[in-house]
Amino acid sequence: MQMNQEFKPTIVAFCCNWCSYAGADLSGTNRLQYPANVKIIRIPCSCRLNPMFILRAFQRGADGVILCGCHPGDCHYTTGNYYARRRMTLLFSLLDYMGIERQRTRVEWVSAAEGAKFAATMNDFVDTITKLGPNRRLEDLRCKSE
Amino acid sequence: MQERVIEKAAQLLESGACARVLGWKTGEFFYDVTPAVFTSAQQVRQEMVFSPFCGANLSKYLIAESRKEGKVGVFLKPCDSFSFVQLQKEHRILRENVYAVGVQCQGMSDIEALKALGLRGITAVQAEEDRLTVSTLYGEKTVALEEALSLRCRSCKSRALHDCDELIGDQGRDLDTDRFGEVARLEAMSPEERFAFWRSQLSKCIRCNACRNVCPACSCEKCVFDDPNSGVQNKAAADPFEEDLFHIIRAFHVAGRCTDCGECTRVCPQHIPLHLLNRKLIKDMNALYGPYQAGSDFDSKPPMLTFTQEDPEASIITEGRGIQ
Repeated sequence: MQMNQEFKPTIVAFCCNWCSYAGADLSGTNRLQYPANVKIIRIPCSCRLNPMFILRAFQRGADGVILCGCHPGDCHYTTGNYYARRRMTLLFSLLDYMGIERQRTRVEWVSAAEGAKFAATMNDFVDTITKLGPNRRLEDLRCKSE
Repeated sequence: MQERVIEKAAQLLESGACARVLGWKTGEFFYDVTPAVFTSAQQVRQEMVFSPFCGANLSKYLIAESRKEGKVGVFLKPCDSFSFVQLQKEHRILRENVYAVGVQCQGMSDIEALKALGLRGITAVQAEEDRLTVSTLYGEKTVALEEALSLRCRSCKSRALHDCDELIGDQGRDLDTDRFGEVARLEAMSPEERFAFWRSQLSKCIRCNACRNVCPACSCEKCVFDDPNSGVQNKAAADPFEEDLFHIIRAFHVAGRCTDCGECTRVCPQHIPLHLLNRKLIKDMNALYGPYQAGSDFDSKPPMLTFTQEDPEASIITEGRGIQ
């Protein structure tokens, strides 16, 4: 990596299969622009997101992690996102307590009809992380190539 | 107190009411008290102790002991009895095989707390009521137990004994101590200071896994950290990331089940204040989802196993609005 290169963050977006993944699809078919550094990982439900996944993403080079799921009340499995909401609130609070920048993590509810919201959210999140700079507090030097 | 505990243990074994009794015995040094299983009254009279160094929480041993043949007697201090109830709630202990004797506790001391008082060359400690008589190489000294309390006992949440078949000493009640003062002090720091604080603490971690192994809530038979395919090396000083990962996940996995007994901090050979991670989660859950004390009853629902439609969004953290 060249040192004078502009910082391009790597964003991992965990998207629930039923709403947000379809929302991402819709923003694609509508030809809405969002940065290519967002890497989408499809999960069956937002509550599938193990806290370990988030930490692992940071370990392997993510600069920001966002969870997208169905709006509360609209979960395909009825209640999954309610549990995810409690877990993520608590986990993010613990990360903040340990001094990890709170802006690096985010939860956003995106339905299958909200392609525009998906693109807007990702643009905003990438902006935030670009301003924040690379992830230094939860990085694993063993995972850095070059 | 010690005589009554030992007499009770001997009586349980002699009468045949229990096949085994879980208690404490002295390890290599008098202050190095370790949990032990006694099978005969003679053994109890020779080895068993109950001193201000009996900090070890015996409830976790019941997971294995209650599944063996015959009844097991156990001595539980108030904080142990919270774990006892919590483990029953999780269906980990067969209650019908346990005879629980509650022992009232004035708070436990530890050798570090005595050393912090400037005592050197300690050879023996004798406890009477609320005073400790400390014999040292340089003479005898009396200190108030209150001054020599271990870190976790200074902010004791409760002296109530839960779900015991019999009590030695009186039934205590919940205490109103400032449990979250230290957490609040950390919260008031800037993120940089907090990061520096936790790095300075967690970088001491030698990954001995004592905090995991001693924790009554952390009692899965299969652990994520034992999985050879997990990518976690489970070694000391592998990388700062692994120290953070281990402690974040350890604390998070017991969220809502941690009774705040403080065993993690007691056993840490590096003196990392691990209970501050668990207490942060307890403080947050109390503020976000209503007051909850794990192990205080059999009926309440743990906050992480339930939800309401009005729960706050995670954005209160990520946008920095904070937990009100």
